[in-house]
Amino acid sequence: MAVLRSIGKWFEQRTGLGAVIAVPMGHRVPRSSASWAYVFGSATLVLFALQIATGLCLALVYIPSADQAYDSLEYLNYQAALGWYLRAVHFWGSNAMVLVMTLHMIQVFLWGAHKYPRELTWIAGVFLFLCTLGMAFTGQVLRWDQDAYWGLGIGTSIIARVPYAGSALVHALLGGPIIAGRTLSRFFTLHVFVIPGLLIGLVGLHLWLVLRLGINEWPMPGRLVDRETYRKSYEEDVKKDGVPFFPVAARKDMVAMGVVLLAVLLCAAIFGPNGPNGVPNPTIIDTAPKPDFYFLSLFALFALLPPWTETATLLIGLPLGIVFLLLVPFLAGTGEKSWRRRPVSVLGALLIVLTVVSLAYLGVIVPWSPVMDAWSALPTPVVYVDGRTPLELQGALVLQNKQCRNCHSLGGEGGRRGPALDGVGTRLTRDQLIRQVLQGGGNMPAYGKNVTPAEVTALVAFMQTLRPKNQRDARTATMPVTPAR
Amino acid sequence: MCSGHESLPPSTSSRRSFLFKLGLCLNVVAATLVGIPVIGYILGPVRKRAMQAWISLGPVQSFPEGQTRLATYENPFRVAWDGVTADIPCWVRRMEGARFQVFAINCAHLGCPVRWFAQSRLFMCPCHGGVYYEDGSRASGPPPRALFEYEYQVRDEKLWIRGGQIPTLSEPA
Repeated sequence: MAVLRSIGKWFEQRTGLGAVIAVPMGHRVPRSSASWAYVFGSATLVLFALQIATGLCLALVYIPSADQAYDSLEYLNYQAALGWYLRAVHFWGSNAMVLVMTLHMIQVFLWGAHKYPRELTWIAGVFLFLCTLGMAFTGQVLRWDQDAYWGLGIGTSIIARVPYAGSALVHALLGGPIIAGRTLSRFFTLHVFVIPGLLIGLVGLHLWLVLRLGINEWPMPGRLVDRETYRKSYEEDVKKDGVPFFPVAARKDMVAMGVVLLAVLLCAAIFGPNGPNGVPNPTIIDTAPKPDFYFLSLFALFALLPPWTETATLLIGLPLGIVFLLLVPFLAGTGEKSWRRRPVSVLGALLIVLTVVSLAYLGVIVPWSPVMDAWSALPTPVVYVDGRTPLELQGALVLQNKQCRNCHSLGGEGGRRGPALDGVGTRLTRDQLIRQVLQGGGNMPAYGKNVTPAEVTALVAFMQTLRPKNQRDARTATMPVTPAR
Repeated sequence: MCSGHESLPPSTSSRRSFLFKLGLCLNVVAATLVGIPVIGYILGPVRKRAMQAWISLGPVQSFPEGQTRLATYENPFRVAWDGVTADIPCWVRRMEGARFQVFAINCAHLGCPVRWFAQSRLFMCPCHGGVYYEDGSRASGPPPRALFEYEYQVRDEKLWIRGGQIPTLSEPA
């Protein structure tokens, strides 16, 4: 022990680093900030450190070359000692980092920490958030599987919508005319050098600002932020009732960091790494690409927006959203800090969270996507063929063969793009059914050229039988009354 | 220029400020000279002219009349390390004789691979539910236009298309 101490002393005499570190570690913080609500920032930081450590390890094996990247990931998964585990930790760590960082952002917003004088801390934080999402997207590309390939296709299609500069941006992003080797090299550089460099710089700025301006005190309703008096009263409070950051406030941070790290390690051990899912061979078109969870809400938005608003939403709405985030501390930089007195802020944050979560949920169940194999893979429910005439049975076959079920469900199975066909016989008359099949409309393609008259007759006869027992078929007001069959 | 300054009456402050300005100028010049090639290098893949070449899809006989089939070709602008990503699929519809339509695989909405269903004669996209008719025109869903179509010609009993880059709304195939 004495030896260790003398070695430490030897280094300290020469570097003086211990004294430098002691200042931020021991700086006084408001007693109220030593709270469980304040642990998300340090938890995000430790996850970033974990990502750097595991990322370095993965880079020892990963080959950023389009023809070998996939193989090197398979090698990591199945042959390299503990390669699967490091890939899993990196994957779950990235998920956790996005999640915990989002919680941190929500917490500081609700606690009013973005208000005077911490505007720049918030702005640096917004850029940290954007960089982290950038890491998430580029990392998903480095997985170089089918999701990565077609995810890039989606990204390419989005930036191609930029007026005038669209094609130049596409080629600059892809590094060539198609998504291929040069693209992967570009994303590797972004993921491994450019964005991490930005992140490290921004983390430094963010922490420096936290130290310089002090950690946000627990907001009390009625205690307003005033540019003239805030800093003075904050400093007085800290002097009067402050506690040293280490160990008083850091204790809870340390516990939270440990819990988050262990949760990531546990998830990695139980669930393992993600993918790579399928060789990135563009000629394998039997694929349904989907982004990782952080972009599912955006993915869902593209399906649900009215098509004519898409380009504007992407190219104007998204940048405006980011500008709005950056402007938040200037829109309400003073006044009430407590969430109890900021109903608009609380409801706004809640609305954004609910929107993103609902969209992400829809992104998981993708009700707008045709179920590509429904027509060939799903059985026709027995109740719908029981007691049917040969013509109606023929219609049931037409319904399967013409891929109707890719978009319409029967008995709860099939696509959800169009309305379920159970009970369609009570909603549409024979004539209306024929018209709908032949002319389409309401987001349904017209089948006029693709079905024969005999097929339409059979199909419509079958669909007319699709109605609950003892409910009669749909009729127009002018139809003569006929007994229900 | 330097010698001219030296012949002036000694004035350390002007010499120091000259040295400072000289240092500043040299570094600005150097930074510009580094910056131009760096930016030029990064933007190297951006070309004014579209990257296109005539590509053979094989003998005409491999595409029966009245059918739509998947064909693949190797991108002519590939690099050695592209691997399978240089193999690009497309949909070839032969109407009759030498009348063809060759569609890009990418949905006009957001670039996902569309699939052909011969029974209902529709292309369907798995991502956001875009649907196209057999002639490539939009049938339903979010796509803002018809499928991207390659220019084609039949020569020496072979089908040729003009392609080479990913089709997008700003630069159709």
